[in-house]
Amino acid sequence: MEDIKKRIKYNKSWNYFFLIIGLLSTFVGLFLLAVLFIDLIMDGHSRLTYKFLTSFPSRFPEKAGILSAWVGSFLVLLVTALSAIPIGVAAGIYLEEYAKKNWLTDIIEINIANLAGVPSIVYGLLALGLFVYFFKFGESILTGGLTLALLILPMVIMATRESIRAIPNSIREASYALGATKWQTVQWHIFPYSLGGILTGIIIGLSRAIGETAPIITVGALTFIAFLPSSPITSAFPFISFEWLFDPFTVMPIQMFNWVSRPQKEFQINAAAAGIILMLMTLIMNGIAIHIRYKFRKKIKW
Amino acid sequence: MNTKKIKERSIESLLFVCAASSIFVTLSIVIILSFESYGFFKEVPLFEFLTGTEWTPLFENPKFGILPLIAGTLLTTCTALMVALPLGLLAAIYLSEYAPHKLRETIKPVLELLAAVPTVVYGYFALLFLTPILQEFIIELSGFNALSPGIIIGVMIIPYVSSVSEDAMRAVPMHIREGSYAMGATKLQTSLKVIIPAAFSGIAAAFLIGISRAVGETMVVAIAAGMMPNFTINPFEPVQTLTAYIVQVSLGDVPHGSLEYKTIFAAGVTLFLMTLIFNIIGFWLRKRIREAY
Repeated sequence: MEDIKKRIKYNKSWNYFFLIIGLLSTFVGLFLLAVLFIDLIMDGHSRLTYKFLTSFPSRFPEKAGILSAWVGSFLVLLVTALSAIPIGVAAGIYLEEYAKKNWLTDIIEINIANLAGVPSIVYGLLALGLFVYFFKFGESILTGGLTLALLILPMVIMATRESIRAIPNSIREASYALGATKWQTVQWHIFPYSLGGILTGIIIGLSRAIGETAPIITVGALTFIAFLPSSPITSAFPFISFEWLFDPFTVMPIQMFNWVSRPQKEFQINAAAAGIILMLMTLIMNGIAIHIRYKFRKKIKW
Repeated sequence: MNTKKIKERSIESLLFVCAASSIFVTLSIVIILSFESYGFFKEVPLFEFLTGTEWTPLFENPKFGILPLIAGTLLTTCTALMVALPLGLLAAIYLSEYAPHKLRETIKPVLELLAAVPTVVYGYFALLFLTPILQEFIIELSGFNALSPGIIIGVMIIPYVSSVSEDAMRAVPMHIREGSYAMGATKLQTSLKVIIPAAFSGIAAAFLIGISRAVGETMVVAIAAGMMPNFTINPFEPVQTLTAYIVQVSLGDVPHGSLEYKTIFAAGVTLFLMTLIFNIIGFWLRKRIREAY
């Protein structure tokens, strides 16, 4: 009896010990994330002024700013969103609602899972060969945006599919029973009900695209850009210009990379300041995504 | 009635084209990588590429042995795995078997943030925060090294490892757990002796996804590992990975079509094939768990 009691106690204490180890392992990453953010803020907060946001990069670290970088990031992201979202959502809808179970569907599925695992720099090489030299878009905002669109396409497709899969079949059957066609069912039921999950996936994908550096370097984005792309709104008819699509550009992470890789301490302070802004954008976008997911999950009960 | 049918048909075709465009992406990756590296291998024999221990394509007297880059890649990847595999697996066991429902739902999205932080920020952290700290303990550690970016990549891929393994563990049906508890096993015994073996293929898939991410990671190593092709297994020395080499060449002015230009595609093919193998095995293992129960 004593023996058994001892044994139980022994097993229970191991169990308890492991609980602590597991808890620690879960939180060690988050702890590092907090340290990283605090370190960035301590290094870079002194450079975070209005002037930093409205100045071009410069040879003099105290005069340098991120104007061309954040404008570039914004425009690239615009191209990415406009191309990846419609194609990705449409592909997701097709695969969940329309696709028949055959070899072609299987290939598309395996292919998408595979694309999600391709390293981002390989997308950069693809873009270099395809967009820069084959389609002759040059090292432009269009090239950058399309490259990132290819990169996040699998994420958008997978988020769309997952979200649609959660809708019970009874909804579809009810719609068909009222005589709705397949597209009407998708348009009025499937799409609105899965919108929360789709939006979450899109925002997380775009937040990934904002921070992505490697493929943009590969397509040859310049690191020293002291001018803005041409304005999309012009004073003369037809008032909208697409010239900016073909302008050279830089983006936030590239500007930061450029500053990190310089030996002078002052530039590294600039890098930290750019890093704070990048981190804030990422955290805010992910926060919004989590919030949307949470809200939709609460609202819809099957 | 007929116009309705036409509309339905054309919408379906349009959606199909969007879905099929993913195949076009893969095809273009394969075509471009093989076309450009074919040009490379016409000038550099494959044997020399695979067995050479010197990689100096930008020098006067260029040498094209890929082994130093592969060594650098494996070195940072192994360091990363030593961090990510234990931490990711332990976190997964904790979240799946121990954590209360509410805590799990809160922690999971926050843990995903680790993978969302821009990699260039991680690079900054590795070079200017972690390396100086490590140098306090390891005197022979040089300013650029494989160790510090390796550790940071490890932290970055924790969520990949933990979320896929956790999914696999949660897919183990409840009655199997209950059977174990009924025999008087503790949660720890159940986790280690019942859940992990049952979820083994899913955990293996998670590990492979983590490996593939670590192999393909670029910016952290480009910033903090030193851009020096070094045929070594010493993590304290500066190294260059396949990915960092591509970055280095892309930053310079390399004329389109030159041999230097083609080297990045040769490095890219090597990288693509390495990650492809891990991804395919991982995909297959994941498919297997879905069919298991």
